[in-house]
Amino acid sequence: MVRCGTPRIVFNDLPLGNPLGVPGDRAMQQSSVTRALELARDAVTPGTVLKTEFKWASDDSWKANFFRVDETNLAELWQRGEKTRQERQQNRANGLTRER
Amino acid sequence: MPSNHTRYIIRTRDYYRAQGFEKDYVWAQNDDIPFTRLNKPLGECKVGIVTTAVTDAQIPMSMREAASYELKSAPERFDTSDLSWDKSTTHTDDRESYFPLESLRSLVASGTIGALSSRYYFVPTEYSQRNTLEKDAPATLRAAISDQLDIALLVPL
Repeated sequence: MVRCGTPRIVFNDLPLGNPLGVPGDRAMQQSSVTRALELARDAVTPGTVLKTEFKWASDDSWKANFFRVDETNLAELWQRGEKTRQERQQNRANGLTRER
Repeated sequence: MPSNHTRYIIRTRDYYRAQGFEKDYVWAQNDDIPFTRLNKPLGECKVGIVTTAVTDAQIPMSMREAASYELKSAPERFDTSDLSWDKSTTHTDDRESYFPLESLRSLVASGTIGALSSRYYFVPTEYSQRNTLEKDAPATLRAAISDQLDIALLVPL
């Protein structure tokens, strides 16, 4: 995130997919937006990161599941990769690409 | 794990290696950070949402380009099926968890911000940094300038 060189970041350490807050938690979502706007107003240093205190759950077990690789899903992951490679090849063959 | 940070870079690398991709993803690194201080009060600022959520799912992923859409026609449900969100843990059924339309509307109503742009801005999730840097980012900047935005709120999924 920091390497990416974003001018200002509000960082919620939540599962990817809900950057503003837990689904259904309007207060958290609203607070994320308010803090982002206040950071836009107040930050004086390029690359300023504001890390919030928001949590997904009382424990962090979700972090171990994200992009998990172990012996139980190796075959499935390989198949997924094969499918993606075939789709890419087909897209290229059919001219479905941005490089033109 | 020594820290409670999600080790996204290492986990992503291992995940795609396990899928048989030979080249590791190269993460963007920009040493020069663009930065402009806000030159007016928030209450006078026009704000726009920049999202990676997909409005037109008919366009195949390999063809998606930056685009601007009318905010009043924003879908109740964006297409997020191609995006790498944490499908083992969460869902994207609550639009407000990634597209802050109601939050921003309430901030306009309270006078905290001046206005909401009449358009929102789509930036595709792109493997090619060149496409992002040379096509999508400049196109988004042009739209933001054309719509006279003061603040672009980037909310990637």
